[in-house]
Amino acid sequence: MSNALGPGVRGEKYETHEHDVLIIGAGGAGLRAAIEALSRGASVGVVCKSLLGKAHTVMAEGGIAAAMANVDRADDWRAHFRDTMKGGKYLNNWRMAQLHAQEAPERVRELEQWGALFDRTPEGDILQRAFGGHSFKRLCHVGDRTGLEMIRTLQDRGVQMGIDVYMECAVTRLLKDGDRVCGAFGYWREQGRFVVFKAKSVVLATGGIGKAWRITSNSWEYTGDGMALAYDAGAELQDMEFVQFHPTGMVWPPGVQGILVTEAVRGEGGVLTNRLGERFMQRYDPKQMDLSTRDVVARAIYTEVREGRGSEHGGAYLDISHKPADYVKRKLPGMYHQFRELADVDITKGPMEVGPTCHYMMGGVRVDAETASATVPGLFAAGEVAAGLHGANRLGGNSLSDLVVFGRRAGLAAAEHANRAGAGSPGAAQVEEAAREMLVFFERPEGESPYAVHRDLESTMEEFVGIFRNEQDLARGLEKLAELSERSRRIHVEGSRLFNPGWHLARDLKSMLTVSEAVARSALARKESRGAHSRTDYPKVDPEWGGRNIVVRRGTRAMELAERPLLLPPAELQALLAEST
Amino acid sequence: MSREAVLQVFRGTAEGGGPVEYRVPVAPGMVVLDALHYIQGHLAPDLAVRWNCKAGRCGSCSAEVNGRPKLTCKTRMDALPADRPITVAPMRTFPVIRDLVTDVSWNYEVNRRIPPFTPRPGTDWKMSQADIDRVQEFRRCIECFLCQDVCHVLREHGKTAQFGGPRFFVRIAGLEMHPLDAGSRTGLLKQELGIGLCNITKCCTEVCPEDIQITDNAIIPLKERVVDDYYDPIARFLKKIFGSGG
Repeated sequence: MSNALGPGVRGEKYETHEHDVLIIGAGGAGLRAAIEALSRGASVGVVCKSLLGKAHTVMAEGGIAAAMANVDRADDWRAHFRDTMKGGKYLNNWRMAQLHAQEAPERVRELEQWGALFDRTPEGDILQRAFGGHSFKRLCHVGDRTGLEMIRTLQDRGVQMGIDVYMECAVTRLLKDGDRVCGAFGYWREQGRFVVFKAKSVVLATGGIGKAWRITSNSWEYTGDGMALAYDAGAELQDMEFVQFHPTGMVWPPGVQGILVTEAVRGEGGVLTNRLGERFMQRYDPKQMDLSTRDVVARAIYTEVREGRGSEHGGAYLDISHKPADYVKRKLPGMYHQFRELADVDITKGPMEVGPTCHYMMGGVRVDAETASATVPGLFAAGEVAAGLHGANRLGGNSLSDLVVFGRRAGLAAAEHANRAGAGSPGAAQVEEAAREMLVFFERPEGESPYAVHRDLESTMEEFVGIFRNEQDLARGLEKLAELSERSRRIHVEGSRLFNPGWHLARDLKSMLTVSEAVARSALARKESRGAHSRTDYPKVDPEWGGRNIVVRRGTRAMELAERPLLLPPAELQALLAEST
Repeated sequence: MSREAVLQVFRGTAEGGGPVEYRVPVAPGMVVLDALHYIQGHLAPDLAVRWNCKAGRCGSCSAEVNGRPKLTCKTRMDALPADRPITVAPMRTFPVIRDLVTDVSWNYEVNRRIPPFTPRPGTDWKMSQADIDRVQEFRRCIECFLCQDVCHVLREHGKTAQFGGPRFFVRIAGLEMHPLDAGSRTGLLKQELGIGLCNITKCCTEVCPEDIQITDNAIIPLKERVVDDYYDPIARFLKKIFGSGG
């Protein structure tokens, strides 16, 4: 961290730092990338909007999927690959799914060697639990706080290795030298000072876009920054229509609406029922029932509520109280406390009320499977900000494994790229423009409140770009987004640059609006229902659409959409996919 | 809901400041962080507050509510007296940056000085759940720093140069009691992190939102290890060999 506190490079107008590899985001993917790049001898800087250790990874609860076969001996990478592809409705980047399934076990063992302490089997190995869409007990876990264990392990490892961390620093623009990315511009949240980073490689590890929806499990940080930065820099985004609504968020009381209720509740035997006491999953997926994939369960609960069979506060009941109280408290301690303290519900005695909450973005920056490189030279992306691994729907547990598998690959490729590439120079004009963009909010004597625009964005996405979509709603949503975009150009920020959340939100809104538009446009273009994308006007899966990914890129005047043919797996993997599980 | 709550929120910087009163409509189940968000969204857009998960998992939103160190995301409005204003102030032990945001960077500096997990050579990575239960308790820590805030060695006496604070005793306990760890951090504990300055008043345990038994399960056993290493190294060596764990 010494670099972060020290003076900038001499002669620069703004505080300037230079690294071989700059990593934006300090969740699991960013930290794993940093560790890998450092171990390859690169100088590494990590920039994060919050304090170190607070990134969204900390909220991951249920576990990390890896075919270790500690509990179910028959599990192997092939089964994990097949489950991931099946869950993603075969729209996944097959090579990413293969690498992920093959490498996840080694990445988990590595976490253990760095000090992570997973729950154990009676034989003393890492314990694994069942989860939706996984055909074997596959999720390595620590009660219901697996993400905390992971981020603490990676954070301590990275700090010991000597990464420079720029905490509470937000990047607002990628800087380019010709076609290639050569750095980033941002501001310190604390003092509001501007800062320039020069880097040979930049890794995006910024997570998703959940704060564009009203009911969400995501924190203030999840404003689509990395996707918008990549888009502005000319990179392609892909699969933006696929937004995961987690089936089980809290629904009552109002203040906690959207807070995640881990899928591990169902993994440990929790049962969903409606107001009539029916196990309604019988109607939607009689085979997998409560452990069906998230897209199916979210639609099921939504449909039950819409058809008048919802719980008291408009959700479904989720009950684990048939298990011994001690067991529930040991395996789901976070859930036990969360409901007791926030909702006055004792989950060892009665049911929880749950409903869908915006949770995860399957789409993101289009990347190469092996190297995590984006379509712009010098730019890499890993974790939720990247597209491909999860296809049209992500399986629970595949996110944490995604972070470490592709975080490592991104760090490795970024370090190698930095070895080959010379230092670029962004030139003063880009930097000045980036600074001006941040100051304009203070210059208007009056205008829109960023909070008001954000509230309206959340309502718009909730209403028009939610779980079920149709042409009319999406078109209306796009009109609304255009109005919000217009209003965002009139935002006025009160106060100073000293730790001013209103100012930070004003800038984050720009990213949210860009990414929201990409989601709505892609959703309008995909005229079928697949995975998390459900069109009431096109309710069936269309094999034609199964062969195409939609990509979004910045045109000269407006957002442009294009289709890319889906990459097809080699014959032996196709045969594997054809086998029944 | 028609009920209104009155909050007195500290507004200011390192140069000074004081409480400012805000009136906030109360909804069922509302927590203090919801009220702060209402203030940001409607009354004071530049109110500086740290938060992330709003679910008690990240430890970002620490503050002093009615004088008590709390996570504001887990402090229910209906658990606070309704007949007087709710005061919300920044953690007193750390320098104020602005409003409720404090400079907690010292904690990160302490953390960096702790030697990492050092696996025993040749381990087969088998561990029994019973042996890791107590270590998992320490690893529940969400780094809210409320224990550091309330610890009088830091809060009243400002001994940041000589003392690590409960958070880092918990972290070290998690390493020292890891069944496969071969490192020793007793020298650091005694000489640099001043564990002897703790006189086990248990204030830290009382405020821990994760219910970690900081004093009983982390600090006291570490103090015993320091004593063993410095005053009875042979007994400590034998314990290590025969694995009684102590």
